Amino acid sequence: MSEESEESVPLLPLQQESMASALFNTDQNDNSERRRHDNSERRRNDNPGSETNGQPQNNIQQVVEDEEEDEELTLKYGAKHVIMLFVPVTLCMVVVVATIKSVSFYTRKDGQLIYTPFTEETETIGQRALNSILNAAIMISVIIVMTILLVVLYKYRCYKVIHGWLIISSLLLLFFFSFIYLGEVFKTYNVAMDYITVALMIWNFGVVGMICIHWKGPLRLQQAYLIMISALMALVFIKYLPEWTAWLILAVISVYDLVAVLCPKGPLRMLVETAQERNETLFPALIYSSTMVWLVNMAEEDPEAQRKASKNSTYDKQANQPQNGDAEPDDGGFSQEWQQQRDNRIGPIESTPESRAAVQALPSNSQTSEDPEERGVKLGLGDFIFYSVLVGKASATASGDWNTTLACFVAILIGLCLTLLLLAIFKKALPALPISITFGLVFYFATDNLVQPFMDQLAFHQFYI
Amino acid sequence: MTLAVFFGCTFIAFGPALSLFLFTIARDPLRIIILIAGAFFWLVSLLLSSLIWFIAVKASDPRDEALQRGLLIFGVMFSVLLQEAFRFLYYKLLRKAIEGLVALSEDGCSPISIQQMAYVAGVGFGLMSGAFSMINLLADALGPGTVGIHGDSQLYFLTSAFMTMVLIFLHTFWGILFFHGCENQRWWEIAAVVLMHLAVSGSTFWNPLYVGSLVPSYLLMAAAAVWAYLLSGGSAQNLRRFLLCKCLVKGDGDLSGRPWG
Repeated sequence: MSEESEESVPLLPLQQESMASALFNTDQNDNSERRRHDNSERRRNDNPGSETNGQPQNNIQQVVEDEEEDEELTLKYGAKHVIMLFVPVTLCMVVVVATIKSVSFYTRKDGQLIYTPFTEETETIGQRALNSILNAAIMISVIIVMTILLVVLYKYRCYKVIHGWLIISSLLLLFFFSFIYLGEVFKTYNVAMDYITVALMIWNFGVVGMICIHWKGPLRLQQAYLIMISALMALVFIKYLPEWTAWLILAVISVYDLVAVLCPKGPLRMLVETAQERNETLFPALIYSSTMVWLVNMAEEDPEAQRKASKNSTYDKQANQPQNGDAEPDDGGFSQEWQQQRDNRIGPIESTPESRAAVQALPSNSQTSEDPEERGVKLGLGDFIFYSVLVGKASATASGDWNTTLACFVAILIGLCLTLLLLAIFKKALPALPISITFGLVFYFATDNLVQPFMDQLAFHQFYI
Repeated sequence: MTLAVFFGCTFIAFGPALSLFLFTIARDPLRIIILIAGAFFWLVSLLLSSLIWFIAVKASDPRDEALQRGLLIFGVMFSVLLQEAFRFLYYKLLRKAIEGLVALSEDGCSPISIQQMAYVAGVGFGLMSGAFSMINLLADALGPGTVGIHGDSQLYFLTSAFMTMVLIFLHTFWGILFFHGCENQRWWEIAAVVLMHLAVSGSTFWNPLYVGSLVPSYLLMAAAAVWAYLLSGGSAQNLRRFLLCKCLVKGDGDLSGRPWG
């Protein structure tokens, strides 16, 4: 395997996850009132066709919005939505940790990325610290430049370029990285394999992945693919980022996430606002969505009809998709996915010609699925990637091993829970990285340096606390 | 060691807790969150107590064996007290959370009661405590080696597993007792929990004389189990009805002698 191919991980996947990491979901107040009214009617109705995780949590009161008062403390997301995010985040981390623990390829040092040119094998600690700071600075500037480039491209409606960029990066992840992963797994378990079988497997895996992520497919399959590509990306980072650089990058990127999403001139905020003005969806393959909203029963109320977004589920909408992609250059193939992202920001509210057409084609007496509990929750793939990088690095390099991994895992989940709570209270786009990564970093260093010696001594004497 | 040891010890230590989780907690998202938050609180208490121990060790002579052992014992006791303090803090937090849940609810009552929260919080504490005690051992059990080759006890893994199991159960019951004591202002219940915890941890100082640590711990666990069951509304009658599979008045064939209902 050539050094070049290993080192030159392209910009594209980096950009992908830097974009995705900042976005989160929210709900704007102006639309929430109208939705509240419908929610109160629909709350009582059971929705058999929803694709949520099937738990009859209709009595989770946190999520239900009060129909009378607008100013009542209402939480848009409840316990159920937290769990809908816990599960995929946990799965991604489990995949990464399992791979790190079994496949030695991802813990072997085989050079560094071109974005982190300074080595950490230096004589003095000061030199190492300086090098890692420089590496982190370079990586973060690359990410910032790419983000700004993306925002500029989006603002000037160069959708084809963006779309092509994303397709190339998902192609790379789904074919090339998974081929390397498969190869390393086979090497670890000493499985004899021929190229023809591998070619067939990778081809099928990759093509189905491209279809699921960029077009439409079963929800669970799409979620599984998104988790897998996040895990693959996280593994690449764990392998190619030297230690101190990795921790520094994690810290700096959570600060960047905070700034980019919350500051008025932050690139991600501008991106989200531009997309909102244009009533468009954001990029496909960057957001993990936990549920599909079925586009059912909007015909009763016209404003309601206009606000219902359809994700990759209803056939009417999807049938309209290709035509609209050509007919309306504004949408450029993004409309469907953007609605996914919009669902986060302002709930499933979307007004697009195809959704209205689809809605009018439906019978008017079917139940709507716009239950608060059925509303999905979304998390950017960048968040998945960086959470998994943290936990993976903890399991790879910690002296406390499993204790440290477990501590980081719990810390990240609690951070995610708190972020969702803040999201439910403040109802605007929030960065998902800062709280979790801060907790994760604090617990990593504390557990590795303080708790591990203590637990070691306790285990040695077999004392129990 | 072998896979048999690994799986055996895993299931001894975590089997009951896992089934408790699967049957009572996994279905309700709110309980899962309370569980993980409980684990987090235990973790924070462990962090703080290790910090204190670490400082004490760094300030002392590392070659003095007796001193180090003494410091470790002090660390254990301090950790126990800190764990109970964090249990109290968690109780305060959950009380506030119940008020929030009531405010947000449609019909003015919380979807989960403080007793259920007590149980889940106890399981959370117990699972995290057990995981931290046991996981590194289990990872080592998968690898090569002979237990006790230098003259130590050969039952190391087995007794660790049993001790972990009893601690998980104890944390669950202590959670119930502690929260009940806080709710009803019965300070002697809280004191009893703290003393029990100190006693159980203290009994492990007898290790490797396992009779001195496992037997008292299991006896204390049985006592705590009975007490928690009575406090949760159980009675001998309930138990009899449950064991004989008798239904209550609305009986539709299911076992309805459980305290939670």
